[in-house]
Amino acid sequence: MKIVVPIKRVVDPNVKIRVKPDGSGVDLASVKMAMNPFDEIALEEAVRLKEAGKADEVVAVSIGPQQAQETLRAALAIGADRAILVRCEGRIEPLTVAKLLRIIAEREAPDLVLAGKQAIDDDSNQTGQMLAGLLGWPQATFASAIVVDGSNVEVTREVDQGLMTLSLTLPAVITADLRLNEPRYASLPSIMKAKKKPLEELSPEELGIDVAPRLEVLEVSEPAARKAVRMVSSVDELLLKLKEEARVL
Amino acid sequence: MSILVLAEHDNSALSPATARTVAAALAIGGTIDVLVAGADCGAVADAAARLDGVARVRVADDAAFAHQLAEPVSELVVHLAGDYGHILAPATTTGKSVLPRVAALLDVMQVSDITAVKGPKAFERPVYAGAALQTVEATADTVVVTVRISAFDAVAETGAAPIEPVAFTPAAPKARFVSREAAASEGPELANARIVVSGGRALGSQEQFNAIIKPLADKLGAAIGASRAAVDSGYAPNDWQVGQTGKVVAPDLYVAVGISGAIQHLAGMKNAKVIVAIDKDPDAPIFKLADYGLVGDLFELVPELTESL
Repeated sequence: MKIVVPIKRVVDPNVKIRVKPDGSGVDLASVKMAMNPFDEIALEEAVRLKEAGKADEVVAVSIGPQQAQETLRAALAIGADRAILVRCEGRIEPLTVAKLLRIIAEREAPDLVLAGKQAIDDDSNQTGQMLAGLLGWPQATFASAIVVDGSNVEVTREVDQGLMTLSLTLPAVITADLRLNEPRYASLPSIMKAKKKPLEELSPEELGIDVAPRLEVLEVSEPAARKAVRMVSSVDELLLKLKEEARVL
Repeated sequence: MSILVLAEHDNSALSPATARTVAAALAIGGTIDVLVAGADCGAVADAAARLDGVARVRVADDAAFAHQLAEPVSELVVHLAGDYGHILAPATTTGKSVLPRVAALLDVMQVSDITAVKGPKAFERPVYAGAALQTVEATADTVVVTVRISAFDAVAETGAAPIEPVAFTPAAPKARFVSREAAASEGPELANARIVVSGGRALGSQEQFNAIIKPLADKLGAAIGASRAAVDSGYAPNDWQVGQTGKVVAPDLYVAVGISGAIQHLAGMKNAKVIVAIDKDPDAPIFKLADYGLVGDLFELVPELTESL
């Protein structure tokens, strides 16, 4: 079985981002970047399936600027066999990513695409579902457990009221939730070895996809600030404030 | 212009998420139809017909829609899409699964998790875990949107819209429902509760979480939430998680107990009307967001608070 794992280079989740004063976007100059945390989980699951003898090859794919090469090298160090970078500049929307991934999926013919459930920058939560729709493949979002069984995969999903288990006929698209696994750190020898693994570069033009955004961003702003905290010194004072000042009790 | 709202339900009851999504549709303006896709879901259609502002309820009652899986429901929505300028669903786990698939099949971008309507095709939505707000305008003829339900107040239930059946048979499924495991939760539903009491890592164990948080929540008639740290440590089930990766809530009162206030958690509760933080660390980031802060040992303060109510 072959698994394709889409990887996105995003702002490091520990960075406190700043909105540009002119409202045009978020200031990303000289900000630390990292692999999207949900993609790390998807990749970890793919590598575990390979280690368990369920998969033969794991291909990491990223769509983004030249620097996304570093993120793909990190994926190779964690255990992907090879990588593909589709070089794109500017704002790339989930629909565009899904269309590019569809072409890659048609070329690579994987049995499974394992993606993260959402990217922590645009918080869209769309790409996996869109790819499944374009390919006509079944989907399972928010996966917290994956069991591959021959030509089927059983996926436990985290839904609003508990868990739901689905059985999908392969090929399929699965998106990873937080509790699917605990991603590993790459060891120094594997980082060195990753430098020699193949990394193919493509352009959207070669794949015949128009990358122009469909949504127009009118403004990016800071959320309204809240009033300063009022510290209270006792439970009685807290209750008094909640009843008489805030009137929520 | 007509708007289609996909109803959230469990075949027997309509979720309050639907009435909040209809409120977002009213803000856009136009004739509003609600689509109920399910099996033996007549009671849900009746409830949807009572929502104010709804012109018509369309019901696809078929075993194929029993669990509202993304494949058959998206096929159904695409089949009906020609009648509508906007297609809306609540940003629940069902809406988030179905609607991007619909958008891709219609070759349009989706606008995810909107918190405000700024124009017929312009919407505000949080990005970067709520650290920034983005206003976007859709350019396509069909506008596909998921709605953050905590950002809209539910419409009233005094309407009487006509109910019309939709006959549609989706293709043979490649995804099959196996089982569902409901989380044990007696109190109000987290996403719609007026008061939420949340516990964090400082509770120390599942036993202490239950012994400290649950009595306070019961006394307040509150839903119970948890930080990711508390969920990952096994103190609370994962569908109690509040945050960027869990549920987003905006109750009247949010009580954070032993929660330091990581940015991912704040993304899920920063729009609560009143936030109370109880923690032993006076420098915890949660106090920067809270309206009222109490510094001290939660194992003494919270039982005292429960006792005083």
